[in-house]
Amino acid sequence: MVMMSELPLGPLPDVPEATSDPEALIAFEGRIARGERIEPGDWMPADYRRQLTRLIQQHANSELMGALPEGMWIPFAPSFKRKLALIAKVQDEVGHALYLYRAAETLGKPRTQMIEELLNGTSKYSNVFNYPAETWGDIAMIGWLIDGAAVVNQTIMATGSYGPYARALKRITYEEAFHLKQGYDVTVALATGTQLQRDMAQEAFNRWWWPTMMFFGPPDKQSVHTGILHRWGVKPKSNDEQRQEFLRKFVPKMIELGFDIPDKDLRKDPQTGDWIITQPDWDEFKRVINGDGPMNKERLALRRLIYDESSWLRTALDRHVPLPAAA
Amino acid sequence: MYGDPTADADPSVAFGHDMPFYTRDWHFDPYHQRLTVARRGAPDAVHFDTEWGNWEVFIQEKRGEHHTHAGTLHAPDAEMAIMLAKENYARRGPCVNIWVVPEDAIAASAYEDADMFEHTTDKMYRDPAGFQGLRKKAQAGKERVGDEAAAGGNP
Ligand SMILES: [Fe+2]
Ligand SMILES: [Fe+2]
Repeated sequence: MVMMSELPLGPLPDVPEATSDPEALIAFEGRIARGERIEPGDWMPADYRRQLTRLIQQHANSELMGALPEGMWIPFAPSFKRKLALIAKVQDEVGHALYLYRAAETLGKPRTQMIEELLNGTSKYSNVFNYPAETWGDIAMIGWLIDGAAVVNQTIMATGSYGPYARALKRITYEEAFHLKQGYDVTVALATGTQLQRDMAQEAFNRWWWPTMMFFGPPDKQSVHTGILHRWGVKPKSNDEQRQEFLRKFVPKMIELGFDIPDKDLRKDPQTGDWIITQPDWDEFKRVINGDGPMNKERLALRRLIYDESSWLRTALDRHVPLPAAA
Repeated sequence: MYGDPTADADPSVAFGHDMPFYTRDWHFDPYHQRLTVARRGAPDAVHFDTEWGNWEVFIQEKRGEHHTHAGTLHAPDAEMAIMLAKENYARRGPCVNIWVVPEDAIAASAYEDADMFEHTTDKMYRDPAGFQGLRKKAQAGKERVGDEAAAGGNP
């Protein structure tokens, strides 16, 4: 019998001691090859624990930070219906952060520490949220393209080998389906609207094309992490495969809505059906990751401000004592 | 803007008493309105950002149905756990009731012991599918008994 309270909660081991158990490693890789899910109390290589923690933590950070650009547009939503939908979406995103921080915690790292690392900038989040949302058109593009890319990514990751992460993603992708629909709805309204609206949509589209191409990370040739993560079922498909899946789904819709795609050399390989893209500026990608993007400072500053301003609530919850049961 | 409004509050005063920001009535949600959390006393020390215990959340979609596991969250106590569970796991689909269970109250069998669920014998006798062809058997039986009776086997 296992008590849930005995599951690992301490700080992460930084020595790869567990990897040195070759027999356990063979059994572990055998389980993954058979498509079995790994659960928190199971033996796992220290590197699996470390890589997964990093990945889920960054994913959780992205959900929390992703709430900011859209959250700031709530007061300016153009109609009551749009406002309700946007509030619901932003609330979902914060909820996704909760699911994911809890999933990451099962690997041994406390949530307080993860929040601290987000606030002090040592743990990263998705680059796309370091770009500005200048107009309502950007909200359309975030909801359609970024959530669309997220759905592709998360649906793939939901087939991964770690139980708590896969289950969290199952719940998340269900909610993301609504995000994508509302983003598409806003986009369709703008793209089929007045000249002013169409221009607004196209300008936002131009701003978001390249960040969207960067969303899935560097091409497979350059990506350092992919090998072992693939073998251990942490990352079932590579960056390029995921990007391709997104393009196959979305480029036809972009064309249908009459968007002018900024990548003038974008073309379809007649043999494979793959979309061949011009690579985005990967140096910019690195710069933004390392803190030098257009909105990094503002986003983190806002996240810290919100954290400080909500401390009264955490204090209240800490101080509160349950009332004695009614006699 | 608000910072920590409790920082210089008199601890003998009921918590949140003359602090309009969070003592104002919240009307956006019936559950919040019934909640007494923000109006209670504050006897002991303040711990900022304590890591509260984990709670497992079970949702009942319809009266009379099973509660099913929905997820997990942190909360300082059961009442807050229910409120947070409502926000996180019951804001869309139907829900009539929530259970929250402290994680460390859950005991689980070990996966290494999964062989204990394996059947040592054929368990079809526990299954409706283990009982088949009954109409045919009944008919064949009836005919046989009828034939025997006609042959004068039994009085
Ligand atoms: Fe999300
Ligand atoms: Fe989303």
